[in-house]
Amino acid sequence: MNEIVQFENVGLRYGAGIETLSDLTFTLYPGSFYFLTGASGAGKTSLLKLLYLAQRPSRGLIRLFGEDAVTMPRERLPGFRRRIGVVFQDFRLVPHLSAFDNIALPLRVAGVKERDLTTPVAEMLDWVGLGDRAEARPATLSGGEQQRVAIARAVIGRPEILVADEPTGNVDPDMAIRLLQLFEALNTLGTTIVVATHDIHLLSKVPGAQMMKLEKGGLSDPTGSLRNPPLPRDRA
Amino acid sequence: MLSLFVIPGHDRRLIPEGRLSGPMPWVIAIMIFLMVLATAIGLAFTEAGQNVSDQLSSRATVQIIEANPDQKAQQTSDAAARLRGMELVEEVRVLPAQEIEDLIAPWLGQSADGGQDTGGLLEDIPLPALIDLKLAQPIGEKELEALRAGIRPLAASARIEPSSALIAPVIALVQSLQWIAFGLVILLAIATAAAVIISARAALNTHKETIGVIHLLGGTDRQISRLFQRRIALDALLGGVLGLICGAAIILLLGMQLSALGSGLVQSLDLSWYSWLIIGAIPILGMILAMVTARMTVMGALKKIL
Repeated sequence: MNEIVQFENVGLRYGAGIETLSDLTFTLYPGSFYFLTGASGAGKTSLLKLLYLAQRPSRGLIRLFGEDAVTMPRERLPGFRRRIGVVFQDFRLVPHLSAFDNIALPLRVAGVKERDLTTPVAEMLDWVGLGDRAEARPATLSGGEQQRVAIARAVIGRPEILVADEPTGNVDPDMAIRLLQLFEALNTLGTTIVVATHDIHLLSKVPGAQMMKLEKGGLSDPTGSLRNPPLPRDRA
Repeated sequence: MLSLFVIPGHDRRLIPEGRLSGPMPWVIAIMIFLMVLATAIGLAFTEAGQNVSDQLSSRATVQIIEANPDQKAQQTSDAAARLRGMELVEEVRVLPAQEIEDLIAPWLGQSADGGQDTGGLLEDIPLPALIDLKLAQPIGEKELEALRAGIRPLAASARIEPSSALIAPVIALVQSLQWIAFGLVILLAIATAAAVIISARAALNTHKETIGVIHLLGGTDRQISRLFQRRIALDALLGGVLGLICGAAIILLLGMQLSALGSGLVQSLDLSWYSWLIIGAIPILGMILAMVTARMTVMGALKKIL
């Protein structure tokens, strides 16, 4: 199985401070489902930033889709970013755009023609239960609705990796389960999922998911799967 | 450049646009207004200098300096006849004594009979006789030598003055004013570029969050900078057209007032159609300047983000 992400002795330091992340070495495999856990301040968001190319590491090697992401020229980054879907912890919806336009944004950035995006965006809105809120601005949506728009935006482009930072943090338990089911459905289509959460109960909701635990910037590997390809998940 | 204005509506909505809502179009309107005036002044001086120079470049004055009035008249008549026979000379006019007296009247005053008695003043002051020449070509050193060679045997003390030499200080002044005007245009262009840089940076700062999201979704620097370029180009075009209308109105008004003065150099401060074409192009040039400056500013700022 080819690795989709490979970290080798990766360290991240902001400015002249101490290392936020130290000696991270792990491999993510295509079509797998990973939970990234750890206490607040353990470095989950920093690790995700490295994954979705918002940050370069201070040291170490990161290979993404088989290419060196550390020394990759800046001009090539947009092409790689389009292969990664991101659900930000703070959603980062564009405030003056409607739910429809926010979800359509990755497709428009990728140059998809208008006539080709209307149907998939409408379907995605239905998928996250916001079919009747297409024209609503983020400010008029509840926290949970905003989160679902953020998730829909992250998955609309059928990314090869989906990185989600606390995607269930603002939704009720039922909606959290439903969102995880959406991620699982995407995972069964072949997308690698990385979900950062401090809610340890979520882990049991996704059978076969791997766990990465961050402690004080270092990575522990309770399931031992990060060094070896995980067993294929049931694609039922 | 056309592709700049055909950005799809949904892309344009990424950065909200509020026409004439910010100070940018007004700042550019003022800059373009001043640029239009400075350019018009520069072009008017250029044309005036050129006109005067063209008019005088083929003209010369022959002075017959002789104290004896009879000999002076004879020499003048002989010299005029010789000059009329020269192929180089197109037109010869001997200035009448009355006209010479009129020329010096501002300095020496009119004779007691109001200039009717031509002998009065001229008898007291031995003024030279003047022959006005128009040559078939601009006067250079070669032409001057030919004229001298033709006249000297008839009037040994004759002097030939090319008219361009007389007006040279005025032409030099006009050229200085013309360069000052064009220097002002350059300074105004620099100030416009500086205003655009400030505006582009402010817009980048205002839309920092949106830009960050577009970047992380795979948007390129070029995609993002196009949004700002378009916005600033439209602001510049709107401001530019406004500035041009105001500037052109002032120029036309001043032109009418100057024409009413109706004399010499001032009267020649008219603008030709190609000068108007240059002035009309200023808002377009201003827009291109604003667009290029905005692009460089935005691209430079985006390069600092990963």
